[in-house]
Amino acid sequence: MKTLEGDCADESEGVWNLRLYVAGQTPKSIKAFDNLRKICEEHLAGRYSIEVIDLTVNPQLAKGDQILALPTLVRKLPVPIRKIIGDLSNTERVLVGLDLRPGN
Amino acid sequence: MAKINKSRKSRPPSRTLPKSPTGIKGLDEITGGGLPQGRPTLVCGSAGCGKTVFGMEFLVRGATEYNEPGVFMAFEETEEDLIKNFTSLGFNLPTLVAEKKLAIDHVFIERGEIEETGEYDLEGLFIRLAIAIDEVKAKRVVLDTIEALFSGFTNEGILRAELRRLFRWLKDKGVTAVITAERGGETFTRHGLEEYVADCVIVMDHRVMGQISTRRLRIVKYRGSVHGADEYPFLIYPSGICLLPITSLGLDHTALTNRVSTGIDRLDTMFSGNGYYRGATILVSGGAGCGKTSVAAHCVDSACSRGERAVFLAFEESPSQIIRNMKSIGINLEKWVKNGLLKFHAIRPTAYGLESHLTGIHRVIEDFKPSFLVVDPISNLVTVGDIAEVKAMLVRLIDFVKANEITCVCTDLTHEGTSLQQTEVGISSLMDTWILLRSTESDGECNRTLYIVKSRGMDHSDQIREFRLTNKGVELIDIYVGPSGVLTGSARAAREAQEQAESLTRKLEVERKQRELKRKRTLLQAQLAALHAQFETEEEELQRAIDQGMAREKSLSKDRVHMAKIRKADEK
Repeated sequence: MKTLEGDCADESEGVWNLRLYVAGQTPKSIKAFDNLRKICEEHLAGRYSIEVIDLTVNPQLAKGDQILALPTLVRKLPVPIRKIIGDLSNTERVLVGLDLRPGN
Repeated sequence: MAKINKSRKSRPPSRTLPKSPTGIKGLDEITGGGLPQGRPTLVCGSAGCGKTVFGMEFLVRGATEYNEPGVFMAFEETEEDLIKNFTSLGFNLPTLVAEKKLAIDHVFIERGEIEETGEYDLEGLFIRLAIAIDEVKAKRVVLDTIEALFSGFTNEGILRAELRRLFRWLKDKGVTAVITAERGGETFTRHGLEEYVADCVIVMDHRVMGQISTRRLRIVKYRGSVHGADEYPFLIYPSGICLLPITSLGLDHTALTNRVSTGIDRLDTMFSGNGYYRGATILVSGGAGCGKTSVAAHCVDSACSRGERAVFLAFEESPSQIIRNMKSIGINLEKWVKNGLLKFHAIRPTAYGLESHLTGIHRVIEDFKPSFLVVDPISNLVTVGDIAEVKAMLVRLIDFVKANEITCVCTDLTHEGTSLQQTEVGISSLMDTWILLRSTESDGECNRTLYIVKSRGMDHSDQIREFRLTNKGVELIDIYVGPSGVLTGSARAAREAQEQAESLTRKLEVERKQRELKRKRTLLQAQLAALHAQFETEEEELQRAIDQGMAREKSLSKDRVHMAKIRKADEK
């Protein structure tokens, strides 16, 4: 489990807590992580944290967040919890999914 | 030759294919041992037909009876709901989970809430399944129902590829899997899962006919094994699914040899004096108002008075009505109910479906443990299902009853005008003893007659008896068979009266003749006495004449001597 902290102030207010579930260092998971970081830097610079959970290492964690598809991005904070699946290559949809841009 | 070899090769004996026994009553019989071991089986059916129960029972039986732990992956119900629902079926899931014999994982799928943003796979599902399998060292897996995935993910291409991978993965894991799916319109399943699971397909069905629902199960496909191809009705019992395959009923119940009384003396004598066999199935058939229930009540009364426990399944009358009616012919069933030997189970046939009836009957029998059962009447069940289904249900009932060594009396209403040899539900061949009640019309009245159509394994009377209901119960009377045919009722009575009159006349005649003889004798004796008296009179007179004659002679000779003396005649 590795955590990537954005260069952010620790105020809990407005902090985005994101969790990315992957299964090993597959091309898909690497791609997903890269895409996520890019989006966060662009839209949430300084107020996000990303937690990457590798289910091949901690398989029992899959049950808690009801993970089926991989990779899955879970927005833990701010509530409500949102889930986005896929390698996050469709930026538009990621932004809609994260509520950073109103959907159609 | 080559052809024979080929066909032999292509159809190996079923024992070469390893099977996983399901423990579900009846299913292992029709599948020849269970589901294909280490392969996935598809169970499809519409909502509410028992797919989840099927899956869960497969796991619970596996865990408790075959030492094969299992994983239940629920896509629709939560763990708590499952535990609650199956408690009512008597499955204690928390204990099994605690003993590591069962793992339940609820997979929650948010419908349409998941944003898809590119390439993904379902590795998470595999990981969760793998953990659960490792956790209990599972040999069995149930996925209920995996089609829920189709509502959660929009990319069907990925989903289908992942499902294909999943089933292959399950096979590689060597687990026996049950995958449930919703029934589709034209295909077996809504999303065509049969494409991936090709080894064994079971279809479950829940049909409503005449407002009564019946559950059925059919094995559509079982690769590499022979199987029963029929539709088998099944029940969901408190103890799980029960499927009694009609065509493979066991006929191995033991036959009891002791005989018991019917409660009607003359009927006992018709069965060579001993009544019927204990554990036999007796059919009492006849038209309306023939006295079928009365005969059955006699049998119950007799059983209870022997101390046997009896159950009366009433499909037509309420218990109090039966008790009242039987009181009118002098049978007191109430006392047996009160002392706990007799139990009424009264229910309208239309109250629920055939299996539910069978379930109810099984439950009553299991609870009360009777050795005597009355079903009054079986023909009423026809209102619930068609004749074939009713017959199938009765076969199962009779089989159950026989296996439990219960004597069973079934009454059957036959319609006037139909063949007497044909019962309403065509089950006479299942019966050991068949008593036929008939009402015959003659001279403007109807009279009841009784005869024994058959009685397996015993000598029985071929005679027709007149059957009368009196306030002391059923009475059987010999019918009048004479030159003018068979007479019953008042015709018999008239004929008997006529015979009696004739006999009286004959008796009087004899008496008259006897008196005449006596008179003649008296007369003759009187005449003899008179003759005798006359003779005596005459004899007396003659004697007197003789005596007089002799006296005169004597006096004459005396006189002569005297004269001589006087004349002084010389003496000689």
